[in-house]
Amino acid sequence: MTTTTLAVLVPLLPFLGAAAGLLLGRTAPGFVRPLAVLPTLAALALACTVAADQGGGQAVDAHTELTPTGSVPIELALHIDGFAALVAVLVAFVATCVQIYSTGYLRDDPRYPSYAALVSLFTSAMLLVVYSGDLIVLLVGWEVMGICSYFLVGHYWETPEARAASVKAFLVTKLGDVPFLIGLFALATDAGSFRISTVLGAVANGGLHHPTLVGLLLLCGVAGKSAQFPLHTWLPDAMAGPTPVSALIHAATMVAAGVYFVARLLPVFEASAAVMVVLAVMAAVTMVGSALAALAQDDIKRVLAYSTIGQLGYMTGALAVGDRGAAVFHLLSHGAFKALLFLAAGVVIHASGTNSLAVMSRTSGLRDRVPDAYWTMTVALLALAAIPPFSGFFSKESVLGAAEHVATGHTEHAPGSAGWIVLAAGLATALLTAAYATRLWLLTFRGQGTEAVDHGRQPLSMTVVLWVLAVPSLAFGGFAYRSLPGWFDGRALTPTLTTSVLGTGLALVGGLLTYGAWQRTRALAARTPLGAVAAHPEGDAGLVEAEVIAAHKPAFGDVAYAPDPADPGRLLLGPLQRHAADGFHLDAAYDALFVRPVLAAASLVQFLDREVVDTYVRGAGALPRVLGAAVRRAQTGNVQTYVSALLAGTVVLAVAVLLVATGA
Amino acid sequence: MSPLAQAPHGFLSPTGVEIAFLLVGLVTFGAALVTVTTRQLVHAALWLVVALGGIAVEYLLLTAEFIAWVQVLIYVGSVVVLLLFGLMLTKAPIGRSPDADSGNRWVALAVAAAAAASLVWVVVDAFRATWIDLDGAAAGSTKVTGASLFQNWVLPFEALSVLLLAALVGAIVLSRKAKAESAPPPVNGRAVTQSSPPVTDSGIHPIGDRTEQDPQQQPQQQPESGSEPKSEPKPEQEGAR
Amino acid sequence: MHLAYPAVLSALLFCTGLYGVLARRNAILVLMSVELMLNAVNLNLVAFDVWLSKAARDTLHSGQALTLFTIAIAAAEIGIGLAIVLAVHRNRGTSDIDRLRDTAEGHDDGTPTGETDEAGEADEKAEATA
Repeated sequence: MTTTTLAVLVPLLPFLGAAAGLLLGRTAPGFVRPLAVLPTLAALALACTVAADQGGGQAVDAHTELTPTGSVPIELALHIDGFAALVAVLVAFVATCVQIYSTGYLRDDPRYPSYAALVSLFTSAMLLVVYSGDLIVLLVGWEVMGICSYFLVGHYWETPEARAASVKAFLVTKLGDVPFLIGLFALATDAGSFRISTVLGAVANGGLHHPTLVGLLLLCGVAGKSAQFPLHTWLPDAMAGPTPVSALIHAATMVAAGVYFVARLLPVFEASAAVMVVLAVMAAVTMVGSALAALAQDDIKRVLAYSTIGQLGYMTGALAVGDRGAAVFHLLSHGAFKALLFLAAGVVIHASGTNSLAVMSRTSGLRDRVPDAYWTMTVALLALAAIPPFSGFFSKESVLGAAEHVATGHTEHAPGSAGWIVLAAGLATALLTAAYATRLWLLTFRGQGTEAVDHGRQPLSMTVVLWVLAVPSLAFGGFAYRSLPGWFDGRALTPTLTTSVLGTGLALVGGLLTYGAWQRTRALAARTPLGAVAAHPEGDAGLVEAEVIAAHKPAFGDVAYAPDPADPGRLLLGPLQRHAADGFHLDAAYDALFVRPVLAAASLVQFLDREVVDTYVRGAGALPRVLGAAVRRAQTGNVQTYVSALLAGTVVLAVAVLLVATGA
Repeated sequence: MSPLAQAPHGFLSPTGVEIAFLLVGLVTFGAALVTVTTRQLVHAALWLVVALGGIAVEYLLLTAEFIAWVQVLIYVGSVVVLLLFGLMLTKAPIGRSPDADSGNRWVALAVAAAAAASLVWVVVDAFRATWIDLDGAAAGSTKVTGASLFQNWVLPFEALSVLLLAALVGAIVLSRKAKAESAPPPVNGRAVTQSSPPVTDSGIHPIGDRTEQDPQQQPQQQPESGSEPKSEPKPEQEGAR
Repeated sequence: MHLAYPAVLSALLFCTGLYGVLARRNAILVLMSVELMLNAVNLNLVAFDVWLSKAARDTLHSGQALTLFTIAIAAAEIGIGLAIVLAVHRNRGTSDIDRLRDTAEGHDDGTPTGETDEAGEADEKAEATA
């Protein structure tokens, strides 16, 4: 088989798996697990084969036009370069891990068949986005991911949080997708084709007439999909979904799509310096804000969600300085360790029966209950905090290095201001990232108090996956940074000394600060008991998680915040903590800016409909009714009346005919 | 008179026939008006005699003597008598009845006046300059009419006889209707006979006899739908027979 | 004789009968008015027949023949009409036309129904044809 055929099969296999899973889910439950895991696994194998075939050399291009559709042709096009090949491997790898993990995590879930099928469909859509060489085909995968995320985030639809979160995820990403669609059309109109290679060729020849407008419109969609400020608010709330879904969304599929899209079309964005600055500012605000918010969250998964936003900020920052190699490098390493973090967090939540860090900090012995999660999570958190030699260090340093490179004015395609912004924000975020990673680790695994309940061993499918993911988290960066430039643009990804020292130093400072704060506050934990655990700790992990998500708000008054004086984040953030926990009130701002005007407009429309339009409708009904009543009164039953009317009419007609006939 | 017929006629120089026609016409019209306006029902029938007789005279003036006599025979002789019988059988009140006219009167007046105005206008406008030559052989003597009727109009004449027969049968059926319905059906006799009085006679006795029973039957009919024993009116009927 | 005289008289008689048909309450009086209308038509027929036969345009005396037919039909009509009126009177106890309102909108005032309905309708039909 040629590389093209293999590449076509990569998105196709999970799609067929999803279709078969949806069809057979009820009638043949025995096939559901194989149908969920095997196509994804096969896709992983094929993606690896494709990557090996492509080998970072000449991009594989294939396209066919199904039918002429109008002025701008839409083609089924395939474009596989080093970026696509490696990202596809990551996607298939994480998806396979998630599918295997889910078989244990949602062991007893009655909706597992549809869940697994949707995960497969999600994977398929992401692979389509990665391999697609045509913007419209890419858009199809893009939107399929949107709807899949809606269904998967709302998997526990019995809880109001999940329902609200799924709707929010869908609406916020759609809010970005509308400008995105317009931007795509504008881009294709300028370039005369939806083919990405043609578009890039047109950009290279200066054929783009409105690069700033197109860039900003496309950025809206990217911000929605990749959860960048100001459209990131759906991502923390999406934690109401099952943990494997979070892992999938955060590590491989949904949020990666936006970054990958910008990387793919980077020349389009580079055509306008303003867009690059906007991208840099967006990345900076996202990074710092999300890191501060992560430091204040109580829900372990929300901490990870905000950390994802921050790490995506690093990637967009790398793109803002025009280094897509660094961005995709960070995407790959982040995909590995973030998937690991989420899956390990799922194990922790299952074992502890809570998702609240405040409660975990009052539980001792969690470390011994779930040693696999403990060790792998430690590795992942170190990678997250960019401590050498974990993979996060290399990818993050490549981003910071690229930013420093631009800031010092060595490039022509990205403005120096963008470099400074990204560099400053990136260094600040390095400190904060280490701080919240440390806080998460300390509160989760170094808690003191009552002994954690023993649920027995976690399913093998869950723990094995953790170790599988721990390997790239540990070693991918160190081994890859030398060979990756051959796959990418050829720009070196080696850490530079300045940024390495600065970044690592700041990370160490952050971690030590948090440790110190924790040392001061841990004594308070015993004095203020807090706690709410799942009602059915013996159930499968999915059930436990659904219960703890539903229980957090009644127990602590907020989905994101717990009034815990023992929280080191409270000491570090001071008065900022309350606001940071609420995501800096961005939801309230949206509420005031968008929701309430829309509701007011809706009530206005309702008023217009009820009082104005309906008046006409009612009038249209009432007039014939009145006329009918009047006519009905004429039906007296008196024959003489009828004959009188008849003859009067006859006379009138006769006179009229006479007048006409005589020409009067 | 043929030269005269050619000569220009004028409204201001009416002939004797015209004056007679006018006078009789006035009488006829007046009698017709009284017929439709009087409050005494029997008087209305009698004024109708005057109006119909006046029309017969007009026929004579128009030299249609056979039709004039037919008019007298059939209308004045039989139709009016029949109407009088009808009035009698429906127990029309003798003397002034205050409600002879219905509430529809003013509408009727308007319609009739409008129709009269338009008709008269049209007729006068159309036949302003048309004269009938009444001289010479009578246009409607018995001989002429008979010859025309039995030479040219035999088939319609015979068809008319069938119509008259049908009318005769129809009138009889309508008059016998109540009886035909009250005859007890073979199976479900009880239910039906309870709802209407059982009349077993075959309608040989005169009409007046039957209408005399009406006042007795009417009050009986209403309560009988309740629980009146059905056998009670039966001997009465037999006795009347 | 001027043709307008019989024609105008006929029109006036017809409208008088028309008024009677529309305004009279008693069914027999209505029948009388119908007779007036028929006679008005007859007068018209005779007048025009005389005019046309003298003008030698029509030798068939169709007008007079039609008059005779009309008279015969009127006799039949009056017989049937009276039979209907009698039947109505026997069933309803009245021969007032404006009390026979079974076809009125929302008519359910407890008047007996059944064959009386048919009779009432037959009465109306008879009038309409008259």
